[in-house]
Amino acid sequence: MKITPEEVEHVARLARLEVSPDEKEELTRQMNRILQYVEKLNELDTTGVSSTSHAIDLENAFRDDAVEASLSRDVSLENAPESNGAEFVVPRII
Amino acid sequence: MELYRLTIHELRHLLDRREVSAEEVTRSVLERIRKWEPRIGAYLSVLEEAATEEARHFDQRQSWREPALLAGVPVAVKDVICTKGIRTTCGSRILRNFVPPFDATVMAHLRGAGAILLGKTNMDEFAMGSSTENSAFGPTRNPWNPAFIPGGSSGGSAAAVAADECVAALGSDTGGSIRQPASHCGVVGLKPTYGRVSRFGLVAFASSLDQIGPFTKDITDAALMMNVIAGYDRRDSTSVPVEVPDYRDSLVGGLRGITIGIPREYFGEGLDSQVEAAVRAAIRVLEGRGARCVDVSLPHTEYGVAAYYIVAPAEASSNLARYDGVKYGFRHPASRDSLMEMYQKSRSAGFGPEVRRRIMLGTYVLSAGYYEAYYKKASQVRTLIRKDFLETFKVCHVLVTPVAPTPAFALGEKADDPLQMYLSDVFTLPASLAGIPGLSLPCGLSSKGLPIGLQILAPHFQEGLTLRVGYNFEQETDFHRRCPPE
Repeated sequence: MKITPEEVEHVARLARLEVSPDEKEELTRQMNRILQYVEKLNELDTTGVSSTSHAIDLENAFRDDAVEASLSRDVSLENAPESNGAEFVVPRII
Repeated sequence: MELYRLTIHELRHLLDRREVSAEEVTRSVLERIRKWEPRIGAYLSVLEEAATEEARHFDQRQSWREPALLAGVPVAVKDVICTKGIRTTCGSRILRNFVPPFDATVMAHLRGAGAILLGKTNMDEFAMGSSTENSAFGPTRNPWNPAFIPGGSSGGSAAAVAADECVAALGSDTGGSIRQPASHCGVVGLKPTYGRVSRFGLVAFASSLDQIGPFTKDITDAALMMNVIAGYDRRDSTSVPVEVPDYRDSLVGGLRGITIGIPREYFGEGLDSQVEAAVRAAIRVLEGRGARCVDVSLPHTEYGVAAYYIVAPAEASSNLARYDGVKYGFRHPASRDSLMEMYQKSRSAGFGPEVRRRIMLGTYVLSAGYYEAYYKKASQVRTLIRKDFLETFKVCHVLVTPVAPTPAFALGEKADDPLQMYLSDVFTLPASLAGIPGLSLPCGLSSKGLPIGLQILAPHFQEGLTLRVGYNFEQETDFHRRCPPE
């Protein structure tokens, strides 16, 4: 087994997800099956092979450091689940 | 012929000569939507009034500034592309009420070219899936037979084009999400080179793979759509400043001097015999147009699925961290006391099972102690897959393969087995990992009457070559003109 139910719970916490006991069991089973499949990659010797993070070679994409128009505060808040008209409102954290 | 059946280039001719009005065209397509939507469910929102109004507006104008390739043409857009003032859900409960305050760059290009937006199409949630069954708003069905899936994740766009519920559409392709549904629905779909089309305003799934492309009724329309959407965009730092050709120049007869590679790994075990027969017959048609065929090998093909299902979930887990119930999207009502609880409850109730599964996988493979074993390894294998293609393109101009190992499968058939679903992407994933362009076009029908697609792959930025090969195929066949049974 690659991943245990306890690890699934830990990963869920990292991902900010809740998992019910049933779900935990199912996820453990499914993730193990997928992780066992991807083990296939270990058939390949990749010593000295560079990583591809992007398929197209690009140099840094620079732009001028100039102020441009952006969304207004009102527009930015329009999709907020909760706002006071000036800020996003979240549960108390301190 | 009914107006809804026509292609962009056929409509262009009629509209420019004022033989039909944009309003007539739009009403014809809207009527078609009313008739077919109950059967296939391709749309998440239909903008009936706005589209009719835009069409009227077009008819009142005397002239259009160039280029107005799509002036008066009604199109649909996958609901993963931001549309200013128009709900954009990504097929997810978490974005059910999200109304973007801006247009994606491709949307601005469509509007600039005069297109009329008919609506937003259904998709697997956050583009994760191969069947459009993962939409929070219900599945889309295949217009050729509603018991079958239309493919995914851009199943809504593919089905809408196939059923003449729009003239053309945009979709997005991360691991085959344009090519595979195009294949299953019998329409043309093109995944451009990574970086060819701006991703600005495309809701991110896997940023190193995502690419927007067109669904059309034929190759000529695909060239027209590419003329509209391709090009560098400074708002997408990964878009590439390479000059964009006029893709209509690719629509030339004859394939003399073109060498087609037939990769043996795409014709092995697991390939449906009817799919193989259709693809082999298509290859003979291309030879008849003057192309020369050579057998080639892409030895790392079989590792594509494994590499993809590490890289894509890893990037997704990072991209989807933004859905926290603070700035936009769903916030769970019973979570007023603790920030952590708000995150967890909102995300758990907002995301569907496949999205949660991929976030979990991605989080796991990136977590402490596993990065080297999984993500780094997959990124190295990605290099090997990319090199396979670069080496092969030294001996051939394009590669011709099947798009999917089988025709569309039945609704529910693979819904309980994520790995089986992933394995159906085996022929589209390698090109995504390599960032090369891939075209899917209809090349046959199975004994059950379901479409079969042909995939044409070309080197980076050679979309035009795929269109040239596809155009030649269309000159000899009529698969692109076939329509689902009424």
